[in-house]
Amino acid sequence: MKFGVVVFPGSNCDQDCFYVTKDVLQQSVEYIWHKDTDLDRLDCVILPGGFSYGDYLRTGAIARFSPVMKSIADFVKKGGTVIGICNGFQILLEAGLLPGVMLRNRDLHFICRHVYIKTENNQTRFTNLLNTGQILKIPIAHNEGNYYIDATGLEKLKDDNQIVFRYCSVTGEVDDRFNPNGALDNIAGLINKKGNVLGMMPHPERSSEEELGSQDGYFIFKSIVNWLERKKAW
Amino acid sequence: MVKPDVYRSLGLSDKEYQNILRILKRKPSNTELAMFSVEWSEHCGYPRSRKWLKLLPKTGKYKTLIGEDSGGIILDGLAIIFKMESHNHPSQVEPKQGAATGVGGIIRDIFTAGARPIALLDSLRFGPLSETYNKYLFTGVIDGIQFYGNCVGIPTVGGEIYFDESYSGNCLVNVVCIGIAKKDKLMSARAFGVGNSIMYVGSSTGRDGIGGCSILASHEFKAGEEKRPTVQIGDPFTEKCLIEATLEAINTGYVVGIKDMGAAGLTCSTSEMASAGNSGMDVELQAVPRREENMEPWEVMMSESQERMLICVRKGKEEQIKKIFLKWDLNASVIGRVTNDGIVTVRDNDKIVAQIKAHALTKAPIYEMPYRKPKYLRKLNKLALSKIPEPKDYNQVLLKLLVAPSITNKNWVYEQYDHMVQTNTVVLPGSDAAVLRLKGTKKGIAFTTDCNSRYCFLDSYRGAQIAVAEATRNLVCSGAHPAAVTDCLNFGNPEKPESFWQFKNCVEGIADACRSFNIAVVSGNVSFYNENPKGAINPTPTIGMIGVINNINKTCLQSFKQEDDIIILLGYCREELGASEYLQEIHNVTKGNVPQLDLKLEQAVQKTTLKVIEKGLVNSAHDCSEGGLAVALAECCISNKDNMIGANINKLNYDMRADALIFGESQSRIILSCPENAVEKIRKIALEFKAPFCIIGKTGGRVLRILNDTEELIFLSLEDLNEEWRQALKKKIEE
Repeated sequence: MKFGVVVFPGSNCDQDCFYVTKDVLQQSVEYIWHKDTDLDRLDCVILPGGFSYGDYLRTGAIARFSPVMKSIADFVKKGGTVIGICNGFQILLEAGLLPGVMLRNRDLHFICRHVYIKTENNQTRFTNLLNTGQILKIPIAHNEGNYYIDATGLEKLKDDNQIVFRYCSVTGEVDDRFNPNGALDNIAGLINKKGNVLGMMPHPERSSEEELGSQDGYFIFKSIVNWLERKKAW
Repeated sequence: MVKPDVYRSLGLSDKEYQNILRILKRKPSNTELAMFSVEWSEHCGYPRSRKWLKLLPKTGKYKTLIGEDSGGIILDGLAIIFKMESHNHPSQVEPKQGAATGVGGIIRDIFTAGARPIALLDSLRFGPLSETYNKYLFTGVIDGIQFYGNCVGIPTVGGEIYFDESYSGNCLVNVVCIGIAKKDKLMSARAFGVGNSIMYVGSSTGRDGIGGCSILASHEFKAGEEKRPTVQIGDPFTEKCLIEATLEAINTGYVVGIKDMGAAGLTCSTSEMASAGNSGMDVELQAVPRREENMEPWEVMMSESQERMLICVRKGKEEQIKKIFLKWDLNASVIGRVTNDGIVTVRDNDKIVAQIKAHALTKAPIYEMPYRKPKYLRKLNKLALSKIPEPKDYNQVLLKLLVAPSITNKNWVYEQYDHMVQTNTVVLPGSDAAVLRLKGTKKGIAFTTDCNSRYCFLDSYRGAQIAVAEATRNLVCSGAHPAAVTDCLNFGNPEKPESFWQFKNCVEGIADACRSFNIAVVSGNVSFYNENPKGAINPTPTIGMIGVINNINKTCLQSFKQEDDIIILLGYCREELGASEYLQEIHNVTKGNVPQLDLKLEQAVQKTTLKVIEKGLVNSAHDCSEGGLAVALAECCISNKDNMIGANINKLNYDMRADALIFGESQSRIILSCPENAVEKIRKIALEFKAPFCIIGKTGGRVLRILNDTEELIFLSLEDLNEEWRQALKKKIEE
């Protein structure tokens, strides 16, 4: 499978995503400079974490005007697989490829630590190797992860089963005590209605190897590979 | 003749001015005067400290690399480069930007060597949090570090934070950056090859930070001075682009030499690159990208605007290099060329505004500074233990020590730092040392920063030795072989003989301890004039130390791992309470003799620990430092919040004051825990190295219990210990 990792000025998890795809998943991968526009050869695009354009103005607000974003919108329209992690998720929201917005963390601090998230929907190309209800240990690292959407929007997300991950306790309780950043309804990750775009605040690329204290993130990437391989076989 | 108040306002003495006249054989221009003032400042030229720094060993058991701006070790063809630097005065004046640009500056020192920065650590010191201004400094500095470090994508993996009255009015911000490169890809900060181009890359130049190093860093604070305009402003986004562009440019093979423009900006980079390359340089200031209008030539030469670099590029390859920087939306402009006359010529619109021999600028004079043993020592080293009452309730004392800001858990701080980006962090902040893997190898590195400045205040020589010993001990507890040192020497005004005595004795202590461990000091930084109107800070020779882990799967943590493990203490408990955190926190006394340090015993304990870790015999290892045995045991019990394990310490049997036994800070002690079937093997290894070995108890349960003989001293639930220890700092900040 061919993965592309987008590099905006200020991206800083691009090399980590590249490493996991190439060395851990053993897939073919290339960097996509934010001014490149040709994505046709790719099976999956990763929008990595970081501080694209320094997070100036508002996270993701400038990056969404990069030339690559128009190509990504077309890629999505054609059914291509896109995963946005952390800043990548924020950019997807700004670009309108996922619904909702990000606010600053509830306590107004950057937060970096391992959290637990619950798999709410395993019927996606990003979670097909997980069980519904499966709890993942996975790190977060962000200033703006406080997801928000209006009441109608939230209802739609629920109706269409778009909420993929929720923050929870080590044993899977989803409530405000285990919500690190104040995200509405403990939302940690969601997909678009069509199901080919995932945005998530936690970093699966930081939890894909045993040495780093958790391998749970690996199964998200592996699910993508799994799905793409099956699709090729059709 | 230049008027004395002009050169004095630049920080030059009358004698130095006479010296300049002798070198130039004429009156200096304003630009030249400014250039001398920054290059000869203590911050750049080390005129007061250089003589003593030569005592530090430059070689050790690991192969070392010592470059112009940083140093490191070689490990299997990889160069691991690191350096610690202070940004104390800027942080005191403007904490967020001061700390942020401190981080930015040290990062540039690393990637200009051609190394990719892989980790940051911070050693921070403040006055007590009970004062509002100290709280403002503390939160501001943390904010600056997270603002810069997180954005630039380099994990902040560790460090230390201490609070002491002596830092009120002069906080310390010492930052370490570590980078790695293929050995043959390293760059030097030299300009050579006549006709090669000198290129300016990065941000544009403004008036920020003018005089930062000569005025701000090289003088003590006096009451009521306004120094904010001398602090630089940082832009981590530009720095991140600069890192990528610079490493890409170096990769072309067209870069001859490179240096960042940090302290003393263009002056420093032009003169030092020329001097190091034994060449000259001819630069035109009109080609320097600017962000402000009507800047005088001396302002351009003195500006400390951040995120700028000077590169010497092979003639004819300028366009290729320029293209890389333009791709990252950075300035890139040819501002001059290398000459062979050894002279730095600076032009403004072709008119020469400065013309000085490069060597004359960079070879700052060396001053013999008088020193004298401080008078306070005679009084303070005397401690009558009989006058210190033994506590009635040891539980209360332990709880009080666990919430002492210098001891308490620092998660409130490090969770604001991205400590995992780059996916190398194997041991997260909070254990004895940070551990990083080296991708593509089986090996890893560990890093720690250490200094107990109260020890250095009461005994500069031994205090500095202990700083080195504690750093090695922390590394060993993580399973690493201590390999090399970077030091950041923070002291008061060197013109005061008692301050200089502290400096000299600390340097001697570091040198002797490093020789004994056979490790080199590969880089470092001196920061003098750390004084507030009330006096000098405690002498603070911060030690940053790197260790090598041969097998990354054999790292060790401080936290107990499982129930029913045997707890072993290596080393001796002596009746030593002098200089302890216990005396300070509980009895409000800073007195006595610093704990003894027997380097032979230290090595016996360390060698034993390292061997049992590498053989996989132990489940945890933790050294005893501030707060002594009781605090160390409590940390072993609660530092892994997902798996807290109690301990029953029922085999201590010492004939001494119980407070000295459990809160005293005897050196060279390490607590191990292991399964029962490993005990005899460990005992044998301890015997082989002649390390004192003693079984002191067993893990398990939900309580920490400590007895001496039959007297129960401590009985506290893990929940009580953890609650206090984990929340104390947050509460202090928010109250």
